Amino acid sequence: METGGAATGLWGAVVASGVYHGVNPGMGWPLAVSAALMERRPGALWRAIGALAAGHLAAMAAILAPFAALLVLVERQREIRIGAACLVIGLGLWLVANRRHPRFLARVAPARLALWSFLAATAHGAGLMLVPIYLGLCQVSQNDAGHAAASTLMAGDAGVALAVATAHTLAMTLAGGALAVGVHRWLGLRFLSKGWFNLDLVWALSLVLVGSVSLAAAL
Amino acid sequence: MNLRPDPTFHATPKLAMQAPAETLAFTLMLSPDASQPDGLAVVDVDPASKSYGRIVHQLLMPHKGDEFHHFGWNACSSSLSPLSGHAFLERRYLIVPGIRSSRIYVIDVKEPLKAKIHKIIEPEEVFARTGYSRPHTIHCGPEGIYVSTLGGGGPEGTDGPPGIFIMDCESFEILGRYEMDRGQQEKHYDFWWNLPRDYMVNSEWGLPPQFENGLVPEDLLSNKYGHRIHFWNLRQRRNVQTLDLGANHQMALEIRPAHDPAKDHGFVGVVVDTTNLQGAIFTWRRKADGEFEAVKTIAIDPQPADPADLPELLKGFGAVPPLVTDIDLSLDDRFLYVSCWGTGEMRQYDVSDPMKPKLTGTVEIGGIVKRKAHPNGKAFGYGPQMVEVSRDGRRVYWTNSLYSTWDDQFYPGDRGGAMVMAHAGADGGLTLAEDFWVEFPKGYRSHQIRLEGGDCSTDSFCYPSV
Repeated sequence: METGGAATGLWGAVVASGVYHGVNPGMGWPLAVSAALMERRPGALWRAIGALAAGHLAAMAAILAPFAALLVLVERQREIRIGAACLVIGLGLWLVANRRHPRFLARVAPARLALWSFLAATAHGAGLMLVPIYLGLCQVSQNDAGHAAASTLMAGDAGVALAVATAHTLAMTLAGGALAVGVHRWLGLRFLSKGWFNLDLVWALSLVLVGSVSLAAAL
Repeated sequence: MNLRPDPTFHATPKLAMQAPAETLAFTLMLSPDASQPDGLAVVDVDPASKSYGRIVHQLLMPHKGDEFHHFGWNACSSSLSPLSGHAFLERRYLIVPGIRSSRIYVIDVKEPLKAKIHKIIEPEEVFARTGYSRPHTIHCGPEGIYVSTLGGGGPEGTDGPPGIFIMDCESFEILGRYEMDRGQQEKHYDFWWNLPRDYMVNSEWGLPPQFENGLVPEDLLSNKYGHRIHFWNLRQRRNVQTLDLGANHQMALEIRPAHDPAKDHGFVGVVVDTTNLQGAIFTWRRKADGEFEAVKTIAIDPQPADPADLPELLKGFGAVPPLVTDIDLSLDDRFLYVSCWGTGEMRQYDVSDPMKPKLTGTVEIGGIVKRKAHPNGKAFGYGPQMVEVSRDGRRVYWTNSLYSTWDDQFYPGDRGGAMVMAHAGADGGLTLAEDFWVEFPKGYRSHQIRLEGGDCSTDSFCYPSV
């Protein structure tokens, strides 16, 4: 019962972070509106959202995969979790201190939305934010599995990684897509300058928070 | 850092047109003989104000001889694209380059009536970090602040071609040259772009020895000034196409792309056609295959004149050339304003069909021969030059000086700086406002105008108006 509750909470965090990334204009939904308007076809909106989603998914997977592989070291789970938590806290603190935007993102051609989405998510630590949540989920599933063979565990962890990345990206895509359609059809682009908040600091602090919660749990 | 985007950032040109009207203008003042420091004048343009049409604040620089010319904002509506990642910049600083000194001032106008110098970039730093000199046009864009230059390295500015450099949009540090492959580009002047379509266009005036001490007649008559425009892949920083407007089309200056990024055309003004003294506007556009083309769509005839009324430079021609020195396009891309600095005309063209402009309004003021006075009786001194259009397209402001040494050749003597305004009709028509006349301090000439909250030659938009 207790592990079930923990798992639900963690999956909730996966989806919530997806929605959070999705509605943030900085993660790209305005580019989908722009594409639909530039090409004068609503279909272009979905193609752009698809490209943004693909880039985001790749960014999540690229961060989660090494941790999935590390989890083979069942005996070192605690150290891995502490290390990951410190990494996330560290990135959060660095983003608090350094509020400049990565300039290389501006070199990406506007047509290469998937690449841009991948780089933007990576540069802002969107994938890293999921790592502590993912590690928590793996622990829950391993507790349930008891003493299964290492190979089974590894396959299970990789599966969880894929599920986390997919669920997160799906939530992100639905939230961003809904907002893009809403702005394109009804709200109009005025919403962009009215509804865009500077979440830089909140974002950095949420990395610190996620990392700290995970660190406390591991210790 | 703001918590919300700056209220003067607008996603589309249409939204910018609906924003509140400007109440202040910033106009550059230059001392043509460098006897006084150049400065920034803050002009009250709010008709409801008691000081309407007057300079309400002046900021003078600590150096002399900068020769202020063009300037621009640190941030504009282009910040609203997630691609550039600068959504929360403030439109707060004016970047003012001296084209003679190569010094750059960053002026904080958050409180316009207390405008102050935020940073000074010394010429040595510009030379050392870029190898360019004589900074000119400023645009804020994806990678920061882009600055075009008119000169290369060395004392004459002829050591290597001029180009564009980039400044950080927060620290105002010079980051370095823009170009990775400049192709045939070897002169520079103005530039602008279409951000979502990822291309840039730049034009050509001449190299420093061709303008610093005045126009060189032999160079003009042998067609040695710039006559080409260059198209670039903006983010790859690569010249992808060079279009020659024809060697007789001397001095291709202002580049005005359509503000709506869904449109794929723009305009460029040509000062003088050496075969017939006409002024010209070319419309350039991107074709379906991605190639660019440019077609002459406006030709303005010279006016015959008695040589006795003409300055030395023009006596032999017996005519006044229009001298198209500046153009500006309204935010709805409907009206193109053309300054004829020689004949003393501000022309308004309906460019709804960019390939077939229609003349819809003309204001005559100043001029080498006509010397038409303002309705208030005052002499305008020179001709209409730097022109700026309000966001809503209803007010058109202009000043009268071109460039210190060129002023003296075409309009000998010191004739005083002025700034005037004309009302534009919703469907065309241009009428001088009789109650608007800005007097500048003695010894100063007036140059480019920037309007509070952005105007028609500063803001780039990332979303179409539809």
